[in-house]
Amino acid sequence: MALLEITNLTVEFATAHGSLKAVDQVSLSLDAGDIVAIVGESGSGKSVAMLALMGLLPWTATITADQMSFDGKDLLTMNAKQRRAIIGKDISMIFQEPMTSLNPCFSVEYQISEVLAQHFGGSRGSHKNKVIELLEKVGIPAPETRLKAYPHQLSGGMSQRVMIAMMIACEPKLLIADEPTTALDVTIQAQILELLVELQQANSMALVLITHDMAVVAETADRVVVQYAGQQVEQRPVTELFNNPRHPYTQALLSALPEYAKGKTLNAIPGVVPGQLDRPVGCLFSPRCEHAKDLCHSQPAPRSEGVLCHYPLPINTTAVIQTEAVS
Amino acid sequence: MFKFLFKRLLVLVPVFFGVTLVAFGFIRALPGDPVEVLAGERGVSPERHAELMAKLGLDQPLWQQYLSYVGDVLQGDLGTSLITNRPVAEEFFELFPATAELAICAILFAVILGIPAGIIAAVKRGTWIDQGIMSISLAGYSMPIFWWGLLLIILFSNTLNLTPVSGRLSFLFEVEPVTGFMLIDSLLSDEKGAFKSALHHLVLPAIVLGTIPLAVIARQTRSAMLEVLSEDYVRTAKAKGLSPLRVIAIHALRNAMITVIGLQVAVLLGGAILTETIFGWPGIGKWIIFSVFSRDYFAVQGGLLLIAGCVMVVNLTVDLLYGLINPRILH
Repeated sequence: MALLEITNLTVEFATAHGSLKAVDQVSLSLDAGDIVAIVGESGSGKSVAMLALMGLLPWTATITADQMSFDGKDLLTMNAKQRRAIIGKDISMIFQEPMTSLNPCFSVEYQISEVLAQHFGGSRGSHKNKVIELLEKVGIPAPETRLKAYPHQLSGGMSQRVMIAMMIACEPKLLIADEPTTALDVTIQAQILELLVELQQANSMALVLITHDMAVVAETADRVVVQYAGQQVEQRPVTELFNNPRHPYTQALLSALPEYAKGKTLNAIPGVVPGQLDRPVGCLFSPRCEHAKDLCHSQPAPRSEGVLCHYPLPINTTAVIQTEAVS
Repeated sequence: MFKFLFKRLLVLVPVFFGVTLVAFGFIRALPGDPVEVLAGERGVSPERHAELMAKLGLDQPLWQQYLSYVGDVLQGDLGTSLITNRPVAEEFFELFPATAELAICAILFAVILGIPAGIIAAVKRGTWIDQGIMSISLAGYSMPIFWWGLLLIILFSNTLNLTPVSGRLSFLFEVEPVTGFMLIDSLLSDEKGAFKSALHHLVLPAIVLGTIPLAVIARQTRSAMLEVLSEDYVRTAKAKGLSPLRVIAIHALRNAMITVIGLQVAVLLGGAILTETIFGWPGIGKWIIFSVFSRDYFAVQGGLLLIAGCVMVVNLTVDLLYGLINPRILH
């Protein structure tokens, strides 16, 4: 049985202009020790789907799914209290902005020991040694001296390490990292990613990496989910996806990478992700797709072999694009 | 820390001159003078008037009067009351505990009701609960103090006969002033029922004085909470699996309080003047009003300066307390 099983997850937001479908029929299955990357442009519903899993969406969101279960427990039917016993413990999430994700009013020790006290009981003070151990584990030098530090005294990279320490404190079975490196310096990005993979391997936890950085995907993930406008357009193992993208959007994403630029211009994808009011009738990507035909503009795309497309790109046996070039 | 304190103390210099100048000018701008008021309806001959004014030193040019006043203040002499012939500072500090007791109770009333009301309104944003709390708070904010006081007296004192109309304690009791706080003194004394009487006298004035701060605190708490509740660190707190109560009361409220805590002591003391007058409360507010009516120049000047001093001391204390709540200031 899979650790995480999500089938046809849909999230809709009630807005002044009617309902907005932020996540549209997304499915995801994860085993212990898997690393899955979810990629897509801003607004493609990557974070929203994972926030729905955590139960962190505001009340304006309506969540429906055929199935959403974790470790054999049905997340759809459990009450708020039962879910709180799981999140922060068995499922944890790291956010994009480490500087604003830590509470400015509390020390590092307080914030980490709080989660331990919440899930394992005992006073906050009783977990001090564990906090030091965790800070050491995430690579913070001289952790004893950092216990009383407040978030404003930490750099972005340090804050993200503290955040990671906090979220792995209860040894989760699943860690969701929502663009964990986007707000950080390039030199720090690699360190944080390395740390995440290291921790993932040491505890054989499952890792969901939300990102829009293809280089990060190539380096870390086993499997890739490509999302566009709330829909899952392609889900494949990483080497297959890089060598032979089947969906035109995936292909466009890959060829937009600077490594594939010919001359001085980047191969940008024309247009923008459709919003709430300009959703196409047919395939959602059709207005921006260079392969689009009449059928694409009039009929929603069907899903076949994990690809959401009327005319998937052919299976290519002689791989042209190589993963190494990206990483 | 010391730099912060030094900066704050430096600001006191212009404030000192501003307050003395305003108090000095304001009371002299009113028609009439102390001699006229003392003479009453019978009046006084121009010769005698001039003689008495000269005796009080009020015949000198204004700038000279101001300079000698400021000179005295800097030497620690706030002047002598023209009516009671007692040092102004002595009168002030004798009456001050009464006002302090009233103000503290009023602010406690405002904080104890206002903060939870603001939190509930923020958490239940957009519902009828939120709208109800905010409407009541708007009404409270707009209520003229004297009218609100009279309404409560009519209801609780006249109609329901629950509370006394004025004063701090029933005439039946004799309580030795130890701290000047009637609630504490009455407890310390052997008089049975004195504490109850003191409490009964205090309830209405405290509610009246606390109404505007209550409304302000409720509204400020609500808007500060709304802002804080959408912060990333609140989402983090939820992601840790903490209970909603802990997320709101620990993670959100502590940050929200940083903006709310700036209690307006000046507003409170301003309100005290009206409240004390309505309820015959023997404190600073009533004393200042009396001094203005009797054109007691020195009492008004000295009293306003001391009130300004109190406001500044409390504000400075509040600023230092920020440091305890908000680590970013002290570190």
